[in-house]
Amino acid sequence: MGQPKTIIEKIWEKHVVHREEGKPDLIYIDQHLIHEVTSPQAFEGLRLANRKVRRPDLTYATMDHNVPTIHRENVKDPISVKQMEALRKNCEDFGIELADMFHPDQGIVHVIGPQLGLTQPGKTIVCGDSHTSTHGAFGALAFGIGTSEVEHVLATQTLWQEKPKTLNVHVVGELGPGVTAKDLILAIIAKFGVKFGTGYVMEYTGEAIRNLDMEGRMTVCNMSIEGGARAGLISPDEKTIEYLRGRRYVPKGEEFEKKAKEWLALATDEGAVYDKTVTIHADEVEPQVTWGTNPGMCVPVSGSTPSLDEVENKEEVRRALEYMGLEENQPITSIEVDHVFIGSCTNSRLSDLQKAAEIVKGRKVKDGIKAIVVPGSFTVKMEAEKLGIDQIFKDAGFEWRDSGCSMCLGMNDDIVPPGGRCASTSNRNFEGRQGSGARTHLVSPEMAAAAAIEGHFVDVREYKARVLQ
Amino acid sequence: MKAIKEHKGRVFPLNRANVDTDQIIPKQFLKRIERTGFGQFLFYNWRFDEDGKERPDFPLNDLKYKGTSILVAGENFGCGSSREHAPWALLDYGFQVIIAPSFADIFYNNALKNGIILIKMEEAQVNEWMEKAEEGDLELHVHLEKQEITDGEGNTVAFDIPAYHKEKLIHGWDDIALTLQLEDKIKQYEETMQV
Repeated sequence: MGQPKTIIEKIWEKHVVHREEGKPDLIYIDQHLIHEVTSPQAFEGLRLANRKVRRPDLTYATMDHNVPTIHRENVKDPISVKQMEALRKNCEDFGIELADMFHPDQGIVHVIGPQLGLTQPGKTIVCGDSHTSTHGAFGALAFGIGTSEVEHVLATQTLWQEKPKTLNVHVVGELGPGVTAKDLILAIIAKFGVKFGTGYVMEYTGEAIRNLDMEGRMTVCNMSIEGGARAGLISPDEKTIEYLRGRRYVPKGEEFEKKAKEWLALATDEGAVYDKTVTIHADEVEPQVTWGTNPGMCVPVSGSTPSLDEVENKEEVRRALEYMGLEENQPITSIEVDHVFIGSCTNSRLSDLQKAAEIVKGRKVKDGIKAIVVPGSFTVKMEAEKLGIDQIFKDAGFEWRDSGCSMCLGMNDDIVPPGGRCASTSNRNFEGRQGSGARTHLVSPEMAAAAAIEGHFVDVREYKARVLQ
Repeated sequence: MKAIKEHKGRVFPLNRANVDTDQIIPKQFLKRIERTGFGQFLFYNWRFDEDGKERPDFPLNDLKYKGTSILVAGENFGCGSSREHAPWALLDYGFQVIIAPSFADIFYNNALKNGIILIKMEEAQVNEWMEKAEEGDLELHVHLEKQEITDGEGNTVAFDIPAYHKEKLIHGWDDIALTLQLEDKIKQYEETMQV
């Protein structure tokens, strides 16, 4: 036995193709995921330089960012059509497998990767999207890259990367009833800020993390980038193995059992040392709601917007409150919403939809609220329909849509109008994210569902006790 | 990528922290399939109102800052999405150098790939330059090779930049061409690891 190592170091060392003093490492990329918005310029670059895609077999494409979630047969935006056609042609020309808009495997890239078993422990996974950190839930080293890096990976299947520092995000204790993975990650970012992870890869450890199911773990890892870290991961365990067993792109039979052993051995060794450790107590975490214009501007639902006298970054807080149309010291539960969005690569998986459906079952969306549910993939949609979840949402007055990124970033028609206020299960509450002038409050699926029924934010634990007897 | 050894230009102060890539270039402008033409959309929602008219209170609309090419901003510049459209827009608008106390990781890499000089500078110095540019007119001369910044009065401040990044900028290296020189090693890796 050598020195104890973190999973991050183990994966890194296995992937170094070339190391040279004074340079970043050249690391091998096991899986490249691409989508229509950040790839066209990369393919254009390849063509101009007369280069090929080195490993089309390690590349997988889908359309998610700008696909409509309704009336797909008739896409209205000609520029979106152009991007989708470009991806189709690029995949054809370079021999890349594509789940296009009408393909049964289509979905948000970070939902379908795990679903198909493309996401596996120990892999290096990249995609031209910052929420690639999601795949870290499986103990993969997964991070977002820009278009030049997409081109680099297409051409060489490698990337020049500085060896990252390691950050242990240690979650002590257990989450209370009614408190979700989303609340935990929002509380982590609220506590440590939007840049505590810059320059690091995070590993989430502790009892509360072990207790999360795989979909909850994906929610946590998904938002690592909102804390500044390009990647966040969780050491694999039996839950990871069971989730992957039988999926399309994982090995079968004995080969799988052999792989499973290798995967479990990737877990961080007892006594391994991190460059930095932060600690949070899960039992103190309440359901969270963001009030401002970055994910760190977040308080428990029982709280209020900040008081300008009590903050250091007064100007930033003042501007955020102004943009959000909120007063200082305003109770979160007094905030009324006119839009509710359940979806995105953070919270659009089957268990997210199931938990939100429990809240709305037999109830009605408050008058004047536009509420939509956008399943993360076509498969999630089909599974939910088999369970009758679609009917629960539709009966309550939600719209039930086709899969895609949708209102998380409003690149299709699903936008919140100027001044509109949305309870959203997505990951970013930046100015204009869901539409110019739109105001976003990030919450869990349960909290979003309860806000749809009540018309304003409520503590979902209190709602459950009162309404769901 | 064009080689760049030094840059002299006037400063635009953006006195905000956590400027995210959604602000640098909003999503409705990500649908081009080229790398060019994004400058007109830079900071779109801050520069223009809902009717497309300039917002007078956003400093970039102040004639005084016309032609500035060095952006000085608050900490964690470029956080959020991985869209390389953000550095494309900054460069296309005319910003060749960005100085801030810290940058988001993905943005840093993306900007570097496009030949933008990113300089991490301590907050006190950033604030001093920000104030000078707000009060009057500040011109800075960035010498990449010497790792020095000189103002119009001859004051010189040193800065750090990883040696490899500096080399890349100065030579305007094409990363892919460099990597392809190591193709044998990549092949060897694939054979050994059976990928």
